[in-house]
Amino acid sequence: MTATVSDARPTQPHQDVRRRRSATRRSRDQRDAWLLVLPALVPVLVLSVFPLVRGIYLGFTDARAGLGITTHFTGLANYRELWHDSLFLDSFRIGLIWAVTVTVTQFALGLGLALLLNENLRLRWLARTLALVPWAMPPVIVAIMWRLLLSPTVGPVNQTLRSTHLSDTGINWLGDFNTALPAVIVIGVWVGMPQTTITLLAGMQNIAGDLYEAASVDGAGAFRRFWNVTLPQLRPVILAITSLDFIWNFNSFGLVYVLTAGGPGGKTMLPMLFSYNEAFRYGEFGYASAMGNVMVVLVLLLLGFYLRARLRSEP
Amino acid sequence: MTAATGRPVRVRAEPRRTVRDARRLRSPGVRAGQYVVLALYLIFLAFPLVWLLSVSFKGPQELASIAPRLIPHHWEWRNYSDAFSQQGLLRSALNSTIVAAGSTVLTIVVATPTAYALARFRTRLRGAATAWILVSQLFPVILIVIPLFMILRDLHLLNSLGGLVLVYLVWTLPFALWMLRGYIAAVPPDLEQAAAVDGAGRLRILVSVVLPLLRPGLVATAMFAFISAWNEFFFALVLLRGDQTTLPLNLARFVGSEGQVSLGPLAAASVLATLPSLAVFAFLQRRLASGLLSGAVKG
Repeated sequence: MTATVSDARPTQPHQDVRRRRSATRRSRDQRDAWLLVLPALVPVLVLSVFPLVRGIYLGFTDARAGLGITTHFTGLANYRELWHDSLFLDSFRIGLIWAVTVTVTQFALGLGLALLLNENLRLRWLARTLALVPWAMPPVIVAIMWRLLLSPTVGPVNQTLRSTHLSDTGINWLGDFNTALPAVIVIGVWVGMPQTTITLLAGMQNIAGDLYEAASVDGAGAFRRFWNVTLPQLRPVILAITSLDFIWNFNSFGLVYVLTAGGPGGKTMLPMLFSYNEAFRYGEFGYASAMGNVMVVLVLLLLGFYLRARLRSEP
Repeated sequence: MTAATGRPVRVRAEPRRTVRDARRLRSPGVRAGQYVVLALYLIFLAFPLVWLLSVSFKGPQELASIAPRLIPHHWEWRNYSDAFSQQGLLRSALNSTIVAAGSTVLTIVVATPTAYALARFRTRLRGAATAWILVSQLFPVILIVIPLFMILRDLHLLNSLGGLVLVYLVWTLPFALWMLRGYIAAVPPDLEQAAAVDGAGRLRILVSVVLPLLRPGLVATAMFAFISAWNEFFFALVLLRGDQTTLPLNLARFVGSEGQVSLGPLAAASVLATLPSLAVFAFLQRRLASGLLSGAVKG
């Protein structure tokens, strides 16, 4: 084989012979690329692209679970119904509160921890290791663990409240209408903060040292260096991780499913939990898919606004 | 950014000692403040874990106590042996292992040639793959899982570990490709050109030149795939209906129906179910962030 591997770029346009040879090389590269990609392409098409397209379509039908049931195209009927479904609207509101609060808190706490880990502190290795544990834990286990912590009778949190007389009866954190969502949010932050921290830390360590030196020479203090060097340099990483966090949080399921299953009284019914119940408890495949479609559109709109505002404010 | 040179970005264990460190030495007051804040972070991160460990060593009597202590009075090791004899827990642990190992192997076999093609060839595939990787992150799984459920039902792969392995393969593929592409881009193309001049075919080049250099990246990607599959809950919940369960699925069933008595073994089982992920993670911890970043910056 005479073709070199990586040299698939077009060569100088005026060299006619080389161009022709490069054209055959490119077509051979095309063929090789397709062959290499084929083992991934088939499962992706069958188990990801096709289901996704079909799922979007199902959102415009009255599909139901069960075999041998005919499905009809119903146009926008599902969405008209969703618009008047107060439970769904509530769940959407809860989902937004959850996703925004968790993402913002994750970012703020993660940035703080990353700044500390970027300093020459003792015990940094311990903090870094600990920061990774929640990331590696199965969400189901995280939920079980926090249920033990927040247990109204035998949990240490309530015991502390009782012994300090802040509350004599203890609080049923995950079962009380007022505290369930905040409690779940704290747990969401605990789970997702590590990944945000580590990503921000990796970004910080890629900032060239001379930038800080130059700032120091110009007499900038710690805060000014953070504001004028660290933050602007981190900008792409910050945009990427907050956007991803928001998507992941809005679409998260397992943690809250095991913590509260959406209760009490639907106070923690995230959109994913709601649509899961519609689909696999009540068999409303079409209606649940319609919810999925609304979720995507909403996430896209919010991300669009967020990224546009951020990118426009770039100096 | 240094990533532009193509080297995977590393989270350094120790920051480089440079002139700037000397300048950035903090006053004692600031230092003390930093330690206080760091301690708060440590408590927030560690206390839940320590408490889970503590519960896993407590007997039923001590667990029913309204004034629980962090250090158990009496260390109840029986919880751990009880955890194994809880209904089906061992069986579901075995299932989890099969599914995680199977999808890991499959992910590596499928992702490596694809990532190579995406890193080395400038074709339309590259754009399509990037688009798919992004789109697959964006859409809520509910949209995918309903048609998946129907497809697997038609193929008689519902409630089968094989079906779940296939689903996990497709589910871990976006991030695996993202990571691997970054690692492959860091392998100098000159080596491959040299091998090509010596008359090696493309497959030969991939196997005997690229793969050996790629080992760290392959290990990191494999570990990522293993953890994803081991921890996954949603697909297992929907697609395994009936007697087959994975570990997270089985443990989640205990929740809610838990009597006070079973808390100890439940905590013990939770600790055990976390260990494989943690062990894998101990190796992985530097590489994951670097893979994320190198993929992100390379574009």
